This record gives sequence, C-alpha cells and structure tokens, in this order.
Amino acid sequence: MALACAVVSDDGEIVARLQAGDEEAFAALVRQYQASLLRLAGAIVVSSAVAEEVVQETWLAVVRGVERFEGRSSLKTWLFRILANRARTTLGRELRSASLPLDEVTEHFDRAGAWVSPPVPWSDQADDRIVAERLAAKVRDVLPTLPDAQRQVVVLRDVEGLSAADVASVLGLSDGNQRVLLHRARARLRQQLETDVARI
Amino acid sequence: MRFWGRRRALVCRQAVALMAGYLDGALSDGDRARLEVHLAECPHCHEYLAQLRATIRAAGQVQPDVLSDEALDELVTLYRRWTTG
Repeated sequence: MALACAVVSDDGEIVARLQAGDEEAFAALVRQYQASLLRLAGAIVVSSAVAEEVVQETWLAVVRGVERFEGRSSLKTWLFRILANRARTTLGRELRSASLPLDEVTEHFDRAGAWVSPPVPWSDQADDRIVAERLAAKVRDVLPTLPDAQRQVVVLRDVEGLSAADVASVLGLSDGNQRVLLHRARARLRQQLETDVARI
Repeated sequence: MRFWGRRRALVCRQAVALMAGYLDGALSDGDRARLEVHLAECPHCHEYLAQLRATIRAAGQVQPDVLSDEALDELVTLYRRWTTG
C-alpha cells in the first residue's frame, strides 16, 4: 500500500477518490489526520476512550458526507469542523466535572502596567533547528496541561496551522475570544519553555 | 503620573495584550503604530514578542503520533463495512 504513506495534499483529488470508494485514499487520509483529530478530541471531551469514539464517528461522517463536500473550506478544516461538532454533542451527554479553567495570567505587571519580572532574554540558539525540535517536544508535553478552551485554540492555530477565521468558525468562537484564548495559551507555553531555554 | 503627557502611549500590559492581534495582522493602524513605537522603546516587550514567535514556531513543529498499523487496519476495515453496508 504505497499510497498509504503518502501525504495527501490535493483536496480535490482525495475527495474524488473517496467519493469513488478508494480504500487507499481513505487509509492515506487516516494516516495524515488521525493523530491530529485525536489531539483535538482530547481537548474537548474528558476521557481518551470517548475521544477515540468521537474520532471514529468523525471518520464515519466523513465517509457518509464526502459526497456533499463542496470545497468551501479546506478538507482539513472540514475534518476539524466535523470533529468539533461531534465532540461538543458528545460533551453534552457526558457527565463532566465542573472544570472552569483557572484564569491564570502568566505575565505580571505592576499597577502602572510595567513588567514586575521582565522576560529573561532567550539564547539566540532558541532559533537553532535542533533546539527548536527540543522545544517542540516540550510543547507537546505541556499541551495536555493547558485549560481545554486554550488547548483547542492553540492546537488548531499553532500546531495545525489553521487560520484565525477557520478556528473561530470550527470552535464556534468570536474572533475576539479566539484571540484571547490563543494569547493565554501561548503565554503559558512560553512560560513553560523558559525553563528549558535557560538550560540550553 | 508620567503617562499624562503622552496619553496615547502604551504601557507594557497594554502592549502585551495587543500582541496576539499584532501577530495576526488584525490591529487597527493606530494600535499597530502605537505597539510598534512601544516595541522600539521597550526591550522587555520586544523580547517577549520574540519569545512568543519562537513559541509559535515550536508549536508548529510538534510531530503527530505515529499511527499503529493495527489502528489503521481497524479503521480501514470499518471503512470497508461503511462503504459496502
């Protein structure tokens, strides 16, 4: 199955093949997006078992709905939109302990709005490719510790590379809320990376 | 109050609050200009923005988990059932 390892890059082609019932095209799509879908599902629902169910339901919805895919968004955005809708529906059924995120502010300012403890300059090596890979590994470890709403936004924006407008639409957020959540998530990630950068 | 004389200048807290919009290119011309003036004058906020950019780059390099052959086979089997059923 050589095609199973290929990265699917042409939405129109993959959609046509899926509509024709092409199993290898489906396998290639699963390989490309399964982990990403699981990561987003895990940021919306509570248990990993439920997240897996939601992802499986998403694939079924994709197979059944591919005839209606019109290409108004990218295939990737369409997948995430289906997943977010499924996960939110599931969440409505799932008994979820109240877990309003603590609104932690990771930047600290005095009453005049000046830095109390300014950011410690990062080494120039933070731009180095090897170091960047280490930082990416750290981001991956820290992501699950972010409050859910922040995690959903930063995963879609910065890990998956969706546009601000697509993320707001997939998650049902206003542009302003999307940006506030994104900023908080990035601030938290930056703070966590700081300790690693200091050891470089 | 040293800001009274330059009411429209930003303090660091305000500068940081504008950074997400700045990185998205979503600020008004006025806000963008005020932020850029602040960044040129404030090494701390300049550094903070650079660190946010490095953080975004790192997030963009997070590798997806490798999908096991079993998990893939399971979904492909389901696909076969969905498409034939």
